Amino acid sequence: MSNLYQPTVMRIASARDEAPEIRTFRLEFTDDQYKQDFYKKYRVGMFGLYGLPGAGESTFCVASPPTRTDYIECTFRRTGRVTAALQDREAGQTITFRGPYGNSFPIDQWKGRNIIFIAGGIALPPVRSVIWNVLDRRSEFGKVTIVYGARTVADLVYKDELAQWEAMDDVELITTVDPGGETADWKGKIGFVPTVVKDSAPSPEDCVAVVCGPPIMIKFTLPVLTDLGFAAGDIFTTLENRMKCGIGKCGRCNVGSLYVCKDGPVFTVEQVGKMPQGDL
Amino acid sequence: MKTLEATKLADLAAALTAAGYRVIAPCQRGDQVHLECYQAGKTLRADVIPVNSAKDALFPRSEVIGRYRFEGNEFETVPVAPQAGKTVLLAVRPCDAAALAPLDAVFNWDYKDEFYNAHRDATTVVALACTAADDQCFCTSVGGSPDSTANADAVLRPADGGKRFILESLTDKGQAIAAAGQAVLTEGQAQADPPAQVAPAFDSAAVTAWAKDGFDSPLWKELSLACMGCGACAYTCPTCHCFDIQDEATRREGVRLRNWDACGFGLFTKHAGGHNPRHDQASRWRQRVMHKFAYFPERFEMLACTGCGRCGRLCGNGMSIREVCSQIEQAAQAGVK
Repeated sequence: MSNLYQPTVMRIASARDEAPEIRTFRLEFTDDQYKQDFYKKYRVGMFGLYGLPGAGESTFCVASPPTRTDYIECTFRRTGRVTAALQDREAGQTITFRGPYGNSFPIDQWKGRNIIFIAGGIALPPVRSVIWNVLDRRSEFGKVTIVYGARTVADLVYKDELAQWEAMDDVELITTVDPGGETADWKGKIGFVPTVVKDSAPSPEDCVAVVCGPPIMIKFTLPVLTDLGFAAGDIFTTLENRMKCGIGKCGRCNVGSLYVCKDGPVFTVEQVGKMPQGDL
Repeated sequence: MKTLEATKLADLAAALTAAGYRVIAPCQRGDQVHLECYQAGKTLRADVIPVNSAKDALFPRSEVIGRYRFEGNEFETVPVAPQAGKTVLLAVRPCDAAALAPLDAVFNWDYKDEFYNAHRDATTVVALACTAADDQCFCTSVGGSPDSTANADAVLRPADGGKRFILESLTDKGQAIAAAGQAVLTEGQAQADPPAQVAPAFDSAAVTAWAKDGFDSPLWKELSLACMGCGACAYTCPTCHCFDIQDEATRREGVRLRNWDACGFGLFTKHAGGHNPRHDQASRWRQRVMHKFAYFPERFEMLACTGCGRCGRLCGNGMSIREVCSQIEQAAQAGVK
């Protein structure tokens, strides 16, 4: 038995500002054993606890796919004490990490199927790891569609990668910003994500949907997908409850008898529908 | 059989201390009785249920789980091992011993928690059978009994009208206690006193059954009206195990601490982004009851309540799990959803 709460030390290989208050770290393991153990377990959708001694730990997804084995990435918003302390770190410095924890998107079960990714704002990072995992294994899957929206053009994250996906022949990318959030040279759509999904009317035929975003976006997007004919068991999302331990002990991420940190964070909309709604 | 004169409980504590045990026993502190480390001169009280529960010894209210040092802008993590010395929980109630089952379950159901297990392995439980109960006791409503030996390594049974105790060893760890305390124990005969009468307060199966579909019941609002959200019930509860992790540091060094937390606190589930799934006291109180009587049984096939009654004794507004469960049972009988 070893100390479950002992983090490993990660070196920040590079730091990139994505959008106002949103920053991405590319992190390299300094402990080879931890790295090996990590990749044995890591599947897309899992998360980790990123920390800085003296400040504490915060929970974010691992935003890079398991097909990239030289580094992991995380993208997060400056929200409180811990995220502020983390964002003030620069390339070359270190932070701590524990993980990977939680369950994952069952992408092996999606082989041969079409996939539509729908994300809003800062919720692209958890979806992005799935997108790259699928694109790194492109031949195993059918049609890939990505719908991504943010409040304003400035709030879009991973702008370089949006351009890459745009340029790919076998990916359909739809980007949108909320009305009023566009710039003079904005070439994407203008409108809220649910409306854009509705207008693009993706076929539910042999298709799974991955939906991550602010609660308000999810609330209005799910009925659109249902109307289009998507089954609740084919729509995947993640729950983002507050966590401290990440390993099914501290009790704060509980929804009903579930531990979001252990049974989640990935759930189908069918599963979410069976949870006590007042605890979400 | 081995017996101990009632007046010699402190002598047993002293003998065990001399044998290298950290002895956690019901000690008089002002006009209260606390389970705390025995030291020479302290008065032991076997006649009162202590304010705090035995969980404190296995899951301390604050425990160092990480350590680090700073050097300029960089840091170095320092390995931490549990500080768990040989401990005996002396004369703890059967409801405290019963609480080890839910604690064992949660700290081992998937990942094994090194800190909890180190304390647990180093601990010997000497239960004290109850021959008296107060109005808050309800162990018999949640599957326990005043003379239960569940999870105990040895049991002290009051005998001969309270004049002495019978010490029964139940495990090897219990045998070791009898051996270490040999000097103050007597070989002889004694008649065990009858266990306390603890009248059933409610039917826990009925509460669990109601709770299954009771999440959206308007009853929760009414049941929780008196709750101030102080968390005293959770801190004193022998099974409550929710915790927070916080860093405390100077410019040179610091520690990462695991501190008790409580689902009754408003910040417990509040997201960094502002959303709080349990945004009012009614939803937090509901969580407390549902966790003990619905969620925990669903997950671990046992209740997370042992009927010790501490929540009721300590609540500043006279609330208790006992009272609330009784009301839920009445609602269930009346067909109220």
